[in-house]
Amino acid sequence: MHIDWIWGLVGGLMIGAAASFYLLVNGRIMGASGIIGGLVDGSGWSTWAERLSFVAGLALIPVLIKPVYNVPVVTNITDNIPAVILAGLLVGIGTRLANGCTSGHGVCGISRFSLRGIAATMFYLIAGGLAVIVFRHLLEAI
Amino acid sequence: MLRNLSAFIAGGLFGAGLLVSGMTNTRKVQGWLDIFGDWDPTLAFVLTGAIIPMAITWNIAARRARAVLGNELPSKPGSQIDRNLMIGSLMFGAGWGLVGLCPGPAVASIGWGGLGGVVFLLSMFAGMYVAPAFRIRFKAMAEALS
Repeated sequence: MHIDWIWGLVGGLMIGAAASFYLLVNGRIMGASGIIGGLVDGSGWSTWAERLSFVAGLALIPVLIKPVYNVPVVTNITDNIPAVILAGLLVGIGTRLANGCTSGHGVCGISRFSLRGIAATMFYLIAGGLAVIVFRHLLEAI
Repeated sequence: MLRNLSAFIAGGLFGAGLLVSGMTNTRKVQGWLDIFGDWDPTLAFVLTGAIIPMAITWNIAARRARAVLGNELPSKPGSQIDRNLMIGSLMFGAGWGLVGLCPGPAVASIGWGGLGGVVFLLSMFAGMYVAPAFRIRFKAMAEALS
């Protein structure tokens, strides 16, 4: 058992507060793949400034608070670049096909008892677990 | 302008939460998915911590007609679990497990993610760019089968 669960809970509450703020103030669902995807494929250009502002906050604020955060910050992304490209493509296509990712379906969907959000979360947890079994334990690629 | 400022604040708080919770560390995400290895339950605490305030917020939102900045609140979600939801979520999950990044943390950690972080983000953008074509193809396949 790792002891990071308290930080997980604190960070989770911050994520929930961010999603609550975005819903009540801006009237939008805080789904990262939807906000970014609408900029990438052009479907959300009518609200581009709001989307870009969200992405700017998401990219900049962690960098700014990182120096004062007293735990070493690492991403531990694998050196296997083909795996990184494949994963990026799968995440990009998959989240847009499913209309949501961990934040949209997971946080915002489950919390309103959305059947689609609950189903999506089950599907990506199962596929994620299988991917770790295959790539880490069977192929030892990651 | 106010709308962009509040979006920046929401994005920033989301990113800070991802950093504090450890979700920008791919090992913790893969550790959660690795039920047969050195299992790390942190992600369950993150999701629980995020879902509880959000459930209260949905109740508040249900009693309001509009958001603070004026526009309409999102309508009720659909309940149809269709092919796109299933195939898309399975694809997303496979990529998520393979590298340990989902869209939020991929952006939040871009400042220190190095080459891998940049490559992941660009690949994700490419995937998002071609996704509408996949959606049309799946629809055509489904129509051909039925």
